Amino acid sequence: MIVAEGLEQTYTSLGRPLRVLTDINLTVEPEGFVAIVGPSGSGKTTLLGLLAGLDRPTAGRVALDGQDINPLDEDERARIRAEKVGFVFQNFQLIPTLTALENVLVPVEIRRALSGGAAKGAEERAGNLLGRVGLGDRLHHYPAQLSGGEQQRVALARAFANEPKILFADEPTGNLDAETGRTVIESLVQLNNEERTTLVLVTHDTELASHAHRIIRLSGGRIVEDPGSRPG
Amino acid sequence: MKLPFILAMGRRESRASRRRLGLYAGSIGLGVAALVSINSFRANVTDAIRAEARGLMGADLELRSTRRFSAPIQELIDSTASDEIVVSYVTNFAAMALAVDVQRTHLVDVRAVQGSYPFYGTIETEPPGRWAHLRSAHNALVDPAVLVQLDAAVGDTIAIGNARFTIDGLLTKVPGDVGFVTALGGRVYIAAAYLDETGLLGFGSRTVYRAFFRFAEHRSLDSFLATYEDLLRNEQVRYETATEREQDFTNVLDLMARFLGLVGLIALLLGGVGVASAVHVFVRGKLQTVAILRCLGASQQMVFAIYLLQAVMLGVLGATSGVALGLVVQASLPTLLRDFLPVEIHVSVEWPVIFAGLVIGVWVAVMFALLPLLTVRNIAPLQALRREFESARSPGVLRFGAHAAVVLTMVALSIWQAPDLTLGAAFAVALGSTTLLLWLSAWFLIWMTRRLFSRKARYVYRQGIANLYRPHNQTVAITLAVGFGVFLVTTVYVVQGSVLRQISLDATPNRPNLVLFDVQKDQRDSVESLIVSHGLPILNTTPIVPARISHLKGRNVREILSDTAGPRVPRWALQREYSNTYRDSLVDSERLVEGVWWNSGYLRREGERGNQPSRRPLSQPRTAADVYRISVEQQLARDLRVAIGDRITWDIQGVQLETEVTNLREVDWARLNLNFFVVFEPGALDDAPQTFVTVTRSESARHRAEVQRDLVLAFPNVAGIDLAVVQESIDSILSTVSFAVRFMALFSIVSGLIVLGGAVATSRFQRIKESVLLKTLGGRNRQIRQILLTEYAALGLLAGLTGILLGSAAGGAFVAFALELSFHPPILPLAAIWLGTAALTAAIGLASSRDVFRKPPLMVLREMGE
Repeated sequence: MIVAEGLEQTYTSLGRPLRVLTDINLTVEPEGFVAIVGPSGSGKTTLLGLLAGLDRPTAGRVALDGQDINPLDEDERARIRAEKVGFVFQNFQLIPTLTALENVLVPVEIRRALSGGAAKGAEERAGNLLGRVGLGDRLHHYPAQLSGGEQQRVALARAFANEPKILFADEPTGNLDAETGRTVIESLVQLNNEERTTLVLVTHDTELASHAHRIIRLSGGRIVEDPGSRPG
Repeated sequence: MKLPFILAMGRRESRASRRRLGLYAGSIGLGVAALVSINSFRANVTDAIRAEARGLMGADLELRSTRRFSAPIQELIDSTASDEIVVSYVTNFAAMALAVDVQRTHLVDVRAVQGSYPFYGTIETEPPGRWAHLRSAHNALVDPAVLVQLDAAVGDTIAIGNARFTIDGLLTKVPGDVGFVTALGGRVYIAAAYLDETGLLGFGSRTVYRAFFRFAEHRSLDSFLATYEDLLRNEQVRYETATEREQDFTNVLDLMARFLGLVGLIALLLGGVGVASAVHVFVRGKLQTVAILRCLGASQQMVFAIYLLQAVMLGVLGATSGVALGLVVQASLPTLLRDFLPVEIHVSVEWPVIFAGLVIGVWVAVMFALLPLLTVRNIAPLQALRREFESARSPGVLRFGAHAAVVLTMVALSIWQAPDLTLGAAFAVALGSTTLLLWLSAWFLIWMTRRLFSRKARYVYRQGIANLYRPHNQTVAITLAVGFGVFLVTTVYVVQGSVLRQISLDATPNRPNLVLFDVQKDQRDSVESLIVSHGLPILNTTPIVPARISHLKGRNVREILSDTAGPRVPRWALQREYSNTYRDSLVDSERLVEGVWWNSGYLRREGERGNQPSRRPLSQPRTAADVYRISVEQQLARDLRVAIGDRITWDIQGVQLETEVTNLREVDWARLNLNFFVVFEPGALDDAPQTFVTVTRSESARHRAEVQRDLVLAFPNVAGIDLAVVQESIDSILSTVSFAVRFMALFSIVSGLIVLGGAVATSRFQRIKESVLLKTLGGRNRQIRQILLTEYAALGLLAGLTGILLGSAAGGAFVAFALELSFHPPILPLAAIWLGTAALTAAIGLASSRDVFRKPPLMVLREMGE
């Protein structure tokens, strides 16, 4: 489902090059659950951004669901994200002017706008997703009216709204207390199992990572441990 | 299929910002209101004038002359009059009216009517219907102002010259007359049958003889003019048709309205600045949302469209409210400008103007929003993961395009609103230059403040000043917006003040404030004795000799007028009746610019040239060969194309007098002095038919009125002008004009204050955060208030200073170069405007920041944390 070959990423900071990732090679099979762990500054989030097509690597290539995304322009990448990818962010990233239900519907509406097709039962599915994460009675509340954990659960529901093939989660419990984080993880894992998505999770939380089928450890911008990797 | 999503997201995204965006919509609305009101009014006026075209003149054709119609002209009129072509006469002259009972006098504009004038339109009176009785007896119909000036009432008796009339009613409507003309002397209508009885139409009276014609068929009028145009011109009779009168009025009122509309356009520009400011701040608050949408798959085009929709909605809201306000203002303009309107205006909705206002309002909002909206296009989805990730800047070509769109919009609007292309382009350049100068001044003052403000000042002051240049501040935009309003007010104020100061009466003891004219030669001594007997000084007595030019540089005037190949000399300069004088010295409103003033009383003979004294002293009898010296005003000399040494022959009541231009003078016409185009040397006109103007002075208005009363009783033909009254009238007219301009400028000022209020509201959250932080660290409300007060007062001082500096410069340049007057900046009033701006800005800023003090820290911290 996800293939990365020879990925490198270098940024310019204060006029000097800063290499963040070096020679990253990995493959994630369909319906796989991969956790990318590592200390702060190891390049986890950068790798996630490259795999999701949010950024362009300095070197190497990424393929999602068999399609090389390197040659695609920004709008083409956006289309792929709309059709195949879901996101969960550390700071929830809900749109503050939309209700919970409207936030969940945004990916569906974007996809409908791009492809022209009518998404039947989208609102019902969105309500259903919110119910599955325990927010069935909070459909019309705005993010400001929800707690952090509740907001993250809305974000989870949004991530699954378009029935994505791939879900990227960046430190989904990073801004939550332990107990709330556990609730969110349970919802994430349950939804992932039910929806049969390929899940790539970035975290420094070992307990969260333990839920994954495979743990890829990064350090200093390199993969230092990957039990499921193929030689590059 | 993208549109439903864009519309839905656009609507949802505006939820939290509607009130603030609504505020900015108001600034667009004010600009639209200014344009809709003035342009609708202009259309109403044009319609009204067109509908009452013939009523403006009361006839189809008017012939006008400053002397009795010559025999050929009278013969023409008499032969033309018939059932098909009806003629009526009105004779105008200025005279002193005396209210017999109360013995009050005032200068009035007497109109003696013969025939059935007006042929079109009606003269309305109070009581109604008194016009029909005008000719039946010694009746007079007067302006209401005349009753006030004479302290008289309907039914009282007034004396005009030697004749007495009963005030039979008041004039409430006279077709074609504008209100402000009565400021200098009210109208009195009498029957022409009693004109001779007044005894006032003698030598020296300034009388205008008018003949009005009604043609049954228009083609008769065309045929008449085609046949007799040359005769009329040769006999120095001016003519005007009703169509030409209509066109003149339309042109003047159109010009006035377009000018006011240009002032209103500035409000729209400020509205655009407000929109740009609002959208900039709005977009900055949406960076994360846009990144999220991009992450979720929205295209560049889609997100740009969502936020462009906000700008369109803002424009629609602003334009719609502006149209509504404009209609309200339109209804009040006829009242505001009634003194300048010759007809009654019926307010009606002008749909094309409304449609234009709506389109313009939306267009301006969108064009000004484009540049800040470009940011949205380039927000990287990666920002959803990394807040610190810097998105790329928009390509230069797009930014250039956005700037160009704004510039082209303002140029197009200026040209559309202005009377012509040149003026529109000039206005656009002036607007752009002023905006740039204001922006530069604002930027410079802020930079200076930052550099010079003492680091040793108290914390609250340092923090307040530092807030002016916090990241993403709106300081320059606010300074520009508020400063523009101050600039407009200052410019109008400076120009008005300079004009009034120029014409104001000098209060020094030797400056006259009472002018008596039409004093006949044999009355001079008696008039002066009467004045002296009242304890008033004779400051000066000036002879006035009416004359016309008969030959110019040896050529007959008629020959010059009919010469189409030679250099053009204005007809008015050749045909007018000049009021000349003679004296031996310059007066203080004159300055010699070329040649030499005559210092010796010698005459020159024919053949002699230059300023060389001849051998014949003045005391010797004059002969036909004598050539007198004259001094000519320099602009007139240019118009007549004469230079020193050239000869002008004058016709003085039938006597030819040859003169030679000896020097040229520059005359300060704005001074309330007796100024002359042509001054003769002493001795040249001693024996010529002449009247005198005597000037005197009294500090007491009552005393001046008594002198005038006694003069009128003894010498009915002598008219007096109290210059204090004249100045009041001019003050009043200028005040009305400047009020109209300031009224339109008010739109800009309020627009600027909306931009200020909106910018304050926009940064409200940030201020709350800062104040909470300060409170958490131990700061008190009083200190926070001091910080905010420092910031807003500084903002107001900067904006005010920018505005008054540039306004003074612009006003001063206009006064000095366009009006050619001396400019003296009114320091104290400018200081008051400056400090007033600072106070107003501070008040609005503090009022908009009430929440900053009200919310307890914990509540805000909780809201922020969630």
